[in-house]
Amino acid sequence: MAKQNQNTMSRALARRETIAAYLFLLPSLIFFLGFVVIPMVICIFTSLTSSNMNASAASGFVGLANFIRLAGDATFIDALINTFVIVLVSVPTVCAFSLWVSSVIYQMNGPTLSLFRCIFYLPVVTGSVAVTVVWKWMYDNYVGVFNYVLTHVGLIERNINWLGDEKYALWCIILILFTTSVGQPIVLYVSALGNVDQSLVEAAEVDGANSMQVFWKIKWPQMMPTTLYILVITTINSFQCFALIQLLTSGGSGTNTVMYYIYYTAFKLTEQAGHFGYANAMGVVLAIFIGLLSAVQFKLAKEK
Amino acid sequence: MKSGVQHKSIYRVLSVILLVILAFLFVFPLYWIVTGAFKTTQEINSVTPVWFPSTWTLDNFTRLFSRRTAPLFPMGPVGPAAIRWLVNTVFMAVAAMVLTCITASMAGYALAKKRFRGRAILFGLIVCAMALPKQVILIPLIREISALGLYDNIWAVIFPTVGWPFGVFLMKQFSESIPGEILEAARIDGANEARTFATIVVPMVKPGIGALAIFTFINSWNDYFMQLIMLSSNNNYTISLGISTLQAETSVDTGMLMAGAALAAAPIIIIFLIFQKYFTQGITMGAVKG
Repeated sequence: MAKQNQNTMSRALARRETIAAYLFLLPSLIFFLGFVVIPMVICIFTSLTSSNMNASAASGFVGLANFIRLAGDATFIDALINTFVIVLVSVPTVCAFSLWVSSVIYQMNGPTLSLFRCIFYLPVVTGSVAVTVVWKWMYDNYVGVFNYVLTHVGLIERNINWLGDEKYALWCIILILFTTSVGQPIVLYVSALGNVDQSLVEAAEVDGANSMQVFWKIKWPQMMPTTLYILVITTINSFQCFALIQLLTSGGSGTNTVMYYIYYTAFKLTEQAGHFGYANAMGVVLAIFIGLLSAVQFKLAKEK
Repeated sequence: MKSGVQHKSIYRVLSVILLVILAFLFVFPLYWIVTGAFKTTQEINSVTPVWFPSTWTLDNFTRLFSRRTAPLFPMGPVGPAAIRWLVNTVFMAVAAMVLTCITASMAGYALAKKRFRGRAILFGLIVCAMALPKQVILIPLIREISALGLYDNIWAVIFPTVGWPFGVFLMKQFSESIPGEILEAARIDGANEARTFATIVVPMVKPGIGALAIFTFINSWNDYFMQLIMLSSNNNYTISLGISTLQAETSVDTGMLMAGAALAAAPIIIIFLIFQKYFTQGITMGAVKG
């Protein structure tokens, strides 16, 4: 009898707890479901239709036709290749560079450490538009600092049209992306290096390990979760690279990426503006690639 | 042994020198914006770069401010369009920040401290959503915004920012550290849920709210992509969007563009420098077991 009473009591308590929890969640859920989850579901669904900007046009279910068309779309394939070049170059360099910077600065005194952390974070805070505007000037064919410095140092013979030349444009964009990507990883690595178990480090030093060995054998394994997180965010960040391309080359000079092509197909393709279904299909493909890459990174990190 | 120590210190000195050089290179674009904003057109278009302006001029700002006029805020007095863009941007970033902090601290507390049906599913959904690039959902989002009649309205940029679940995730991390006994004690004392939240939870997660506030403010200010696709008329532009359209229109007037870039970057950099400590904390907490 008493037990049953207690049971109903706890059930009532659990129900009250659930109601309270959902009331706390409600405001956030409205925004999260409304502006993230629902669009995500619609995105997957419309990728299977011939949906168009023009609402009156027939937008029937076309199955996987959009995806089949993508596989034969040379522009899309080029964009996909460029996107992968960006990701495969920028992710390892960003990780290695930020690890190196962090390992140099993390033992500095407070103000110096903050100063360096700030400096490497500045390009992120400055904002992509301000950053792009100034880099465009720096890359300029006639009055840019790049051509001036490189010709005077003797590295190049005559001025290069950096953003107009297919040989260089993508690399120029990768360089800017690099400077705007290392800020967050440095902050994370500095804090991870500070959290390394000091007793293990001391024990290794007593046993005669040199600083290189201490770093790779003791500190590096302990920073694995941080490295994994940095890999994932840098990958997502590189896939999303958009403002640089839209403002510097508009996808020209061999710098088209999937992200830019989605935007172009949905909003700029003038002859048949607004191929929403097709653009959504690209979005789905992009999401699948990002998901796969993150999964691979997780798996690799776990094995180590 | 001794040569090892020497070796180490040489490596150390070389690294620091390289680091200082790199630091200068990282600051250089910003330096170039700020000095460029005050250079004369002649110095800007000089083939030999003018490393430091010989005369400081406000001409670039004058041209920027005279380009177009707009009401400074809806139905306000008329002024330079750039100022209107700045007002829009501040409004957007503050609104996104306030809404995100309120909703995320409530939701983060519930996820961390309440046991309820559907908790695991919801948390899984949040983590998955965070790993997806938000541009993927842009087209359905625009249609939804249009259906709600919000297209070309600053709220169209604010709402999706608030919906982005990073804040909930961050606040959950911070809320985990609240001891359950304190909440239990409050319940026994007869405090209701709202009261417990306001008087016990909020004071304990204050550093988290600070971190989230500055994080959301900066991200929202710089979220060019969302602003680009959601806003279409000049009066509703943010400062980033305004500068980017100026670039498309007058790519020859570099000086004016630098003035605009300085105007867009200065406020956010100052805010970042003031609240740097919270910001760093937010980044680190958000990553724990991310």
